[in-house]
Amino acid sequence: MSIWEYANPKKFLATTEKVMPALWVSSAVLISVGLIWGFFFTPDDYRQGSTVKIIFLHVPSALMAINAWFMMLVTSLVWVVRRHHVSALAARAAAPVGVIMTVIALITGAIWGQPMWGTWWAWDPRLTSFLVLFLFYLGYIALWEAIDNPDTAADLTAILCLVGSVFAVLSRYAVNFWNQGLHQGASLSLDEKENVADAFSNPLYVCMAGFVLLFIALVFYRTGTEIRARRIKALMARERLEA
Amino acid sequence: MIALLLRDLKLAFRAGGGFGLGLAFFLIVTVMVPFSVGPQSELLARIAPGVLWLGALLACLLSLDRLLALDWEDGSLDLLATAPLPLESTVTIKALAHWITTGLPLVLAAPVLGVLLNLPVLGFQWLVVSLLLGTPALSVIGTFGAALTVGLKRGGLLMSLLVMPLYVPTLIFGSEVARRGAEGMAVQTPLLLLAGISAASIALLPFASAAVLRVNLR
Repeated sequence: MSIWEYANPKKFLATTEKVMPALWVSSAVLISVGLIWGFFFTPDDYRQGSTVKIIFLHVPSALMAINAWFMMLVTSLVWVVRRHHVSALAARAAAPVGVIMTVIALITGAIWGQPMWGTWWAWDPRLTSFLVLFLFYLGYIALWEAIDNPDTAADLTAILCLVGSVFAVLSRYAVNFWNQGLHQGASLSLDEKENVADAFSNPLYVCMAGFVLLFIALVFYRTGTEIRARRIKALMARERLEA
Repeated sequence: MIALLLRDLKLAFRAGGGFGLGLAFFLIVTVMVPFSVGPQSELLARIAPGVLWLGALLACLLSLDRLLALDWEDGSLDLLATAPLPLESTVTIKALAHWITTGLPLVLAAPVLGVLLNLPVLGFQWLVVSLLLGTPALSVIGTFGAALTVGLKRGGLLMSLLVMPLYVPTLIFGSEVARRGAEGMAVQTPLLLLAGISAASIALLPFASAAVLRVNLR
């Protein structure tokens, strides 16, 4: 029993279909429990009031935005090295999910930032690097869409993902540097993990687990769709050939 | 290798249009800036390093789609791929030719345009140094983008979308050097980081570009 068995699309589809219902239900339960717990059963923060509660959407989506790219990096590597089609399709399937997560993180961040910092947007290093990540996602998806031959597209996007990852990390640190250069060390850092009290962190963990499961479910679902779409294409090509 | 470099340079000079175009674009962008932000000299002096860097970057970007597309269309890229010269060297030479025809003129033109934008006296040398160090990275990264999109009919716009995010670190460090230089601050840290990015891009990216080009030529 090795993980490479799932490189077989048939095996992949059969297994994912078996676990899909459990994934959907558990992610829905976890997210709703986490959000309801977070929104209604946590105290207001003594300085931020109730606005702090957007953290239950903001942090999990930001977490998934980064990890979706990381997952794409791993699956792209698998495609480049072992040339399993399911792997390339999974990377393709994950990109739109990742971009939505990035957008959610940016928007919830803006909504949170408005009352707290008095501005919707600041060129804070974290915000900026997320925006850059968003651009990377856009380029990646656009390249997939632009190329007709699926294998060529998979190869090119995989290499773009590898190169892009390096540059995304570089940008992350470059942006840190750039902001310190521009004005005093940002006091707007979102990294207040340390300050979050247990009352907040427990529902936050539930939400994060829910988002992880939701992401896995979405990626499985979309990968299945991609596999079927490719099958249809193959069938149609065969039909044209016979006709 | 040298023959290939000379060939690319000759083509760039003689084919007309391609060579001066980047330079003219740089000029026009720089001229447009005072129209859009106003002619106050102290404002221009403050934004000059950043504007010049952005203009150079855009001029570089604009000339990228000619980098490989012409050779792709007339089939000489296929010949180059089957030549004994490794494809990695070919793309490096292509990037070098692009730098000589686009990057170097931009570096030389930047001080002149700096006068137009009222760049502080201290800034000139650092602007030139930062562009000199940074534009090779722009060419190499751009070659990667050009190789990615070479097979596409309307690749230009897509290439901008792909290449721009990759330019972010270079732009940040490059304009930081120029800005700090203009304000008379120490430039060593961003300068070293910029040089590091350039060196690493030149060393590693040709492999990625060649891999991508092989896929496209398949």
